[in-house]
Amino acid sequence: MDRTQQMTQNAPKESIIDPIAFRVNGRPVTVGSLPWQRLSRVLRDDLGLTGTKVGCDAGDCGACTVLLNGDPVCACLVAAGQVEGCDVTTVEGLAERTSPSGDFLGRRLQESFLSHGAAQCGACTPGMLVAATALLEQNSSPNESDVMDAIGGVLCRCTGYRKIITAILDASTNCAHEWFVSPNAGAAVGNRLARLDGKRKIDGSEVFGADETPAGALAVRAIRSPYDRARFHFEDFKAFFRDNPGIEAVFTANDVPGINCYGVIAKFADQPVFAETEARYRGEAVAAIVGDAAVVESLNVADFPVRWEELPAIRDIDTALAEGAELIHDHRPENVLVRGRVVRGDVDLAMASADVIAEAEYETGFVEHAYIEPEAGFARRVGDQIEIQACTQSPYMDRSDIAAILGIAPERVRIIPTAVGGGFGSKLDLSMQPFLAIAAWHLRKPVRMVYSRTESIVSTTKRHPARMRLRGGCNKDGKLVALDFAADFNTGAYSSWGPTVSARVPVHASGPYYVPHYRALTRAVHTNLVPAGAFRGFGVPQAAIAQEQLYDELADRVGMDRLEFRILNALDGTTPTVTGQVLGAGVGIRACFEALRPRWKSARSEAAKFNRLPSGALRRGVGVAGMWYGCGNTSLPNPSTMRIGLKRDGRIALHQGAVDIGQGSNTIVTQICADALGAPIERFDLVSGDTAITPDCGKTSASRQTLVTGRAAQMAGEKLRGGILKLAGACECASLVWDDAGITVRDGAESHALMLKDLPLDERGYVITSEATFDPPTSPLDENGQGSPYCVYGFGAHMAEIEVDIELGTVRVLRVTAAHDVGRAINPTLIEGQIEGGVAQGLGMALMEEFFPGKGENLHDYLIPSAGDIPPVESILIEDPSPVGPFGAKGIGEQAVIPTAPAILNALHDAIGVRLRKIPATPDRVLAAIQAATNQNTTGVSRG
Amino acid sequence: MSTQASYIKPKTVNEATALLASGATRILSGGTDFYPSLGERVVQDAVVDISGLGDLRGISTEPDYIRIGGLTTWTDVIRTPLPRALYALKSAAREVGSVQIQNRGTVAGNLCNASPAADGVPPLLALDAEVELISQRGVRRMPLAEFIVGNRKTHRRGDELLSAVLVPRELENAASKFVKLGARRYLVISISMVAVVLKMSEEETVLAARIAVGSCSAVARRLPALEHELVGLPANRDLGARVRPEHLASLSPIDDVRATAEYRMKASLQLVRRAVNACAEKS
Repeated sequence: MDRTQQMTQNAPKESIIDPIAFRVNGRPVTVGSLPWQRLSRVLRDDLGLTGTKVGCDAGDCGACTVLLNGDPVCACLVAAGQVEGCDVTTVEGLAERTSPSGDFLGRRLQESFLSHGAAQCGACTPGMLVAATALLEQNSSPNESDVMDAIGGVLCRCTGYRKIITAILDASTNCAHEWFVSPNAGAAVGNRLARLDGKRKIDGSEVFGADETPAGALAVRAIRSPYDRARFHFEDFKAFFRDNPGIEAVFTANDVPGINCYGVIAKFADQPVFAETEARYRGEAVAAIVGDAAVVESLNVADFPVRWEELPAIRDIDTALAEGAELIHDHRPENVLVRGRVVRGDVDLAMASADVIAEAEYETGFVEHAYIEPEAGFARRVGDQIEIQACTQSPYMDRSDIAAILGIAPERVRIIPTAVGGGFGSKLDLSMQPFLAIAAWHLRKPVRMVYSRTESIVSTTKRHPARMRLRGGCNKDGKLVALDFAADFNTGAYSSWGPTVSARVPVHASGPYYVPHYRALTRAVHTNLVPAGAFRGFGVPQAAIAQEQLYDELADRVGMDRLEFRILNALDGTTPTVTGQVLGAGVGIRACFEALRPRWKSARSEAAKFNRLPSGALRRGVGVAGMWYGCGNTSLPNPSTMRIGLKRDGRIALHQGAVDIGQGSNTIVTQICADALGAPIERFDLVSGDTAITPDCGKTSASRQTLVTGRAAQMAGEKLRGGILKLAGACECASLVWDDAGITVRDGAESHALMLKDLPLDERGYVITSEATFDPPTSPLDENGQGSPYCVYGFGAHMAEIEVDIELGTVRVLRVTAAHDVGRAINPTLIEGQIEGGVAQGLGMALMEEFFPGKGENLHDYLIPSAGDIPPVESILIEDPSPVGPFGAKGIGEQAVIPTAPAILNALHDAIGVRLRKIPATPDRVLAAIQAATNQNTTGVSRG
Repeated sequence: MSTQASYIKPKTVNEATALLASGATRILSGGTDFYPSLGERVVQDAVVDISGLGDLRGISTEPDYIRIGGLTTWTDVIRTPLPRALYALKSAAREVGSVQIQNRGTVAGNLCNASPAADGVPPLLALDAEVELISQRGVRRMPLAEFIVGNRKTHRRGDELLSAVLVPRELENAASKFVKLGARRYLVISISMVAVVLKMSEEETVLAARIAVGSCSAVARRLPALEHELVGLPANRDLGARVRPEHLASLSPIDDVRATAEYRMKASLQLVRRAVNACAEKS
């Protein structure tokens, strides 16, 4: 301390209180920030420029990219003192920034991003736009590889980068983008409409979880277990308060007003807000500190008065299942959370009669969601109510759980969802919300919490690691006769979505094929690791890795082309699924496979030709995989209620409760509703999913929003149309004309102008309120898993072309062709965005992504694909309409990720004759497998 | 209780070294290692921000050395025309993190941070680079090979600044190659990386070879036995085949989240062969 003061006195000019003057977006500013403060914080906290996002604070994600004197830099790595006299441009300044060439390149890029659908959740978009602006200012005619180099430092988890690359290339040549072209009334469905919430995603005005701070907000910081399992004892809090002025409170399990237990599935709820005596995983919270933001932030958590006693922990499935293993939850014998089962026919008998049998075992690891926006939000107590504004995928589920935690009625909890910077399943579960709720409730002051990247990775849910064993049989003619599948999932310390994974996988592990004799058994097994939960596909992507590779082995053994084998066995409207459901209409899987046929043939021959050349270490391969996926909850109710209101000015309020996590529900649901009502898109005003004003549209999960909320929106739109016609006394066949005065109803030769401004308002303040609820019709599954778990399935097939370096074990994906039966493409651009993003996540899962709890809790050790890793993706949209979905539409969110990894892994086998039993296929594993195969067998045949 | 942070941004090298001599503890320059190393902590050090010492930025050619000033960024390395033996350094510069990191991060910072995976170290080791350290006590020079002594450990004394990296010009026209292996294309920490400088005669035989491997030991290592063995051999596409596993015996890779130690050895062998061949073919 003394020494520092001495130094400060010695410094004649640069004392720490000197204001810092620089220019931001062309305006001079002066800030009183600490000179070592990160520029990202100065921009956001001191200047209110929250368009610059913070994703990692380590230069690993590029979300905070700004221009510093024209060059892109990570604002999280620049000290405030270093920008004195400099020129800083943020996303907010791009539209007005004049490039050295005199062009408005930033604005041009923004418009191009909108028209190409290059922004999904929008969390990486500011960084992408800034990096792209720097590129175009320095290089007016970049090629694709220049673009990749320029945006290689900005990670995106939603788009798969291809639309971003296209948008940048297009902006370099094309000056004018008419990004919003409104379709005529009744022609919204099928239109490539730009996202309705797109503008705020490209100009920096979108509000994510961390982008608002109520005045006087205190900061909350969690104290988390550093061990997989530990007993703990709190020490002297009084001394802690005395030593840390500015800390207002510490909360522990004793301070939970209601029940210290929550969970996404009420029956299995088991997770405490604060562990009571023992922490069950590394990262579990035991206490929360609340106080002045600067004090809380600068606190060394090691100084917190808690004593840890590390206990023996269970980290893997085998140890958890071993006889005599300690129980992680006393009421769950054998450490099994839940079992899943689907059985049809007589699998043992059928297998014995099969001409050809293949068997295999596969293992996958934890996968981190790695959305660019870490969890964040704030809460305040308003009288006897609590309000939480945070990023979430499931406002009403949050409301129920928070009510139980606080011991109050759900109506006293208001959840205000912000824009979500990527969710993919993990933001279905509560994260910071309980801490905020408890702190705001007790302190009656606003409180705010923003997860660091490490905290996000350590404490929030992951994709379940799977260990799968399977055996399949077919006849000489290639017809599948039996599949016997068993899988154990490491579900971690708490239930989260473990039960859903265990239930979904047995229903889907057949793939989209007719398998007459089938047995699929699953277990979700507790360990002392981070809870595994929902991640795009609920275990089905893992199962597809096993089943689709097994089908390749069967096809090879009967000497059939691998694509034709799938076409032969593809489900159709008349064949029963493994749960005995006969779908009737809308089974487009065969069409998906057939759509791949031309490229399959040419790619196979190109690869064979390449491999015949003396090409050194490179080998090429082609792989295919199929997918099916049920939309909505598995045999459980999951209704959506859509409310729309006609206003006196002729505009329509759409209470859009289906949280848009980047996938596009704000746009899709509006398109559906507009056509059902017969109104132009620009008449709609989106009302957010705030639980105080918008009914429950369920969670954004299970690929259900297009189907379930979309159908509710269609029904509400039709109902409102009916209400308007009734008001005009017109018949069903009349048409609506939306004009400046309001609405004119044309009924044959007659025309009724509705004077909306003179009409009375209902209790909601609308001329007419229309509300409709849709719950997808399903039936319960019996003890053998037989029944109709879903009313609509999405189908698809991906084909991957890859290149393997057999000396290094590295794999490059050259091209993906993806055919999806989406029923009806409500918005083809957004659907392609889902497919490309799904391909990117599938590629990551296949080749690079594995989280090891306790290691690499950051975005430079945990790798997700960068712009240079994603090949061109050709999307082929098949429209075999669903009888239930709105305008025939089906879900696409999870469907898009499922077939990519198995297609790549099948291509790997095609290229080098090796099957990897442990996924991801990292270079070291690939090389080890190549060398093991070479040592075992000079012909390089795979071995299980 | 946390230590009080402070921040001073000197304008001259003399001012900076005086501050360091008086006990300032942390040097801040490009910030690309400074901030990530904080983790979830805030700055609690006496910081000397040397980014204002403009004299230290840039690359100049002296009679015997190419001088890379201590504030020279990776982008400066990419943009400055440099002789052929430094092409490997330019390639490495393009692989450092991302454009954003290259715009801020400095060559000197990369060396002082002394990560086993520092992209700048293998090419500079292969160039026999030296470092120049300045303090109130004077200026001293040291071969880079001696400067970095371990994982995040160097011989820089607390009162010293790394004022320049000096690349001897002796081999400046030799061929050079840098190859980096990571599990993704951008923003990736190397599993292994190799830099080769190869000087060939007009008859296309190897006159001198300098080969360094990074990410496979606590400090990147040269492969002297291999360098020695290549001298006098014909520089053609068969040259790489001369590299044998025992040439890499001095490496001591570890298992980590990126790869196994065994893999690192095997992959490094291939990378060395490829980099040697790339130099030989360029001749």
